Amino acid sequence: MNDQAVDYHPMWAELGLDLQKHDALLGVLGQAYQDIFLSQKDRPEGMGYFDFVMSEVHGLRIKELMDAKAEGRIVVGSFCVFVPEELILAVDGVSVGLCAGAEFGLEAAERHVPRNTCSLIKSAFGFVAERVCPYIAASDVIVGENTCDGKKKSYETFASMVPDFYAMDLPQVKSEAGKALLKAEFMRLMKKLEAKSGRTITVESFRKGIDIVNKKRRAMHRLSDLRSADPAPISGLDALLANQVFFYDDPERFTASVEKINDELEARIAEKRGAAPAGTPRLVVSGCPMAVPNWKLHSIVESAGAVLVGDESCVGDRGTQTLTNPEGDTVEGLIDNLVERYLSIDCAVFTPNPSRLEHVKSIAAKTKADGVLHYGLQFCSPYQMEAMPFERELEDAGVPTLRIDTDYSAEDVEQIRTRVEAFIERIRS
Amino acid sequence: MRTAGIDIGSRTVKLVLADAGRVIVEEVRWNSHDPIGVCRDLLRGREADRIVATGYGRHLFERYFDCETITEIKAVSLGARALFPECRTILDIGGQDTKAVSLDPQGRMKKFEMNDKCAAGTGKFLEVMATALGYSMEDFVKAAREATKARSINAMCTVFAESEVIGLMAREAPREELALGLHLAVAKRATAMLHRVEIVEEVVFCGGAAKNACLAAGIENALGLPLHVAADPQTVAAFGCTLAERQ
Repeated sequence: MNDQAVDYHPMWAELGLDLQKHDALLGVLGQAYQDIFLSQKDRPEGMGYFDFVMSEVHGLRIKELMDAKAEGRIVVGSFCVFVPEELILAVDGVSVGLCAGAEFGLEAAERHVPRNTCSLIKSAFGFVAERVCPYIAASDVIVGENTCDGKKKSYETFASMVPDFYAMDLPQVKSEAGKALLKAEFMRLMKKLEAKSGRTITVESFRKGIDIVNKKRRAMHRLSDLRSADPAPISGLDALLANQVFFYDDPERFTASVEKINDELEARIAEKRGAAPAGTPRLVVSGCPMAVPNWKLHSIVESAGAVLVGDESCVGDRGTQTLTNPEGDTVEGLIDNLVERYLSIDCAVFTPNPSRLEHVKSIAAKTKADGVLHYGLQFCSPYQMEAMPFERELEDAGVPTLRIDTDYSAEDVEQIRTRVEAFIERIRS
Repeated sequence: MRTAGIDIGSRTVKLVLADAGRVIVEEVRWNSHDPIGVCRDLLRGREADRIVATGYGRHLFERYFDCETITEIKAVSLGARALFPECRTILDIGGQDTKAVSLDPQGRMKKFEMNDKCAAGTGKFLEVMATALGYSMEDFVKAAREATKARSINAMCTVFAESEVIGLMAREAPREELALGLHLAVAKRATAMLHRVEIVEEVVFCGGAAKNACLAAGIENALGLPLHVAADPQTVAAFGCTLAERQ
């Protein structure tokens, strides 16, 4: 993709990566990207930016992180949308989502976590154990969060595998006590980030962080709204990629690039030009997050003759759903705004969690979807538990719903394809 | 117009040739390492104006033959409904998949369930268990039908159940009791899957496993409803293919 390809091997060596395994990983990734993304027809031109970002995901972006570190900025790695990027930006830090979307280093991972652990957690362990994630290696601190049992318990082991691991507690009930806990934890995280970076968060730096992240979310809201058009102006795969890159890229550059795509999509909608013809069955995915390069379900669905028009996921509308109120005269006041925003996330670790169902119903209505696919990772109790009542409620509301439980392996692709095709047949009949 | 319906399953390939709904040819062959070769042999000398393929091998078949494809779920829905016009619920147990489908009064697919990637409760499961007990498939069914008592089997994973059966044999459990226990375990699992869709009469049982009378009786017993089984339950999906509307 790049004529004068830079050799990043010295940088990766300096980060302590296992160069041979890392090369193997990049080889597989590059091929998958070629097969899944570049084979799509008539993509928005603006996706060229994301093609470039993906081609440099372990290259130029890591170089940028290293340059930022050289300037005295900290890099903060995390696995979850509950880690507030606003606070990281308020200390002029760089926030990066960590690698957890590929089946890599499974055997190495299973030396640390049981086999019946979800793919996402196993993947994170695989990446760190095999030393193939430059984001983990470049992180000055990794913030883990007590969401599900799998994550909070596995972090106890993970902590010993990285230089500076910080555990953040989270409430499980959206109560006054839960709110107080989240506030205390955000205050504690703020102190940690201040200590690590040697900078003090001011009202001004905090508001700047809020502003940058809100703009990024707003761009994603617009993208999400534009997907309501029929024909869908962008494929579900390309929209998923934008949602995934959300966690890695420089936020301001990301926002500008998404807004550029949004402008292009508006023009495409006016021309009735789409990623799939008008009348193509339209589906929404809801459930577990899909970290890069987890493109499994989207690629099955879109090669089976449907188009995905919505993602109710942490890597999607659940993660970007609400904005943080930027108004406030004190740091503590802004922390309160943060608490309000983050406590509205309808993650399945909360009990009860009725707003998630309402959210997916509203996405399905907005996007004029013909059905919903509930995506659950095997051994992810929170989402698998919600799946059955979720399916019943949606079916009762007249929204055809298909539950898919899977992992990162390729062995069940054909079975899933059969189910998805049958679901499309059901919608069409 | 003559239509060929071909169902490329994990264990067998089924062909039905039909002319305006009337079946002319019906044939089942063992599948092999070369499914396309088996399909070629099956189609040799048989003229069709149109081919509709289903089964796990449909997309492979599509690369070699000019055809349309539908899923097994749609194919059995069409076939079962044509054979039993009052059909509202279908259970299909094949070599590697078990499917439960519910239809609305007009015969449109309402809801379906399918086993995931493991072979628990499929035809393959029973084949593996027959071998573990030292039976041919025929003798396995016969032994189960003649057993007066069932030994309950807890594991449903093919690998674990085999270990469980071997363990029970080591404790001298009579193998006919194990044979019946295994049939009832599959019946229980299939019934549970039917409950996850919706059970409305008539219930049609098809797929290769529907030829197993002991299994059918076990399911009828667990459901408390009679099952309707076609003369050849194995070719219902291939027959359904011949009825598919043109896309």
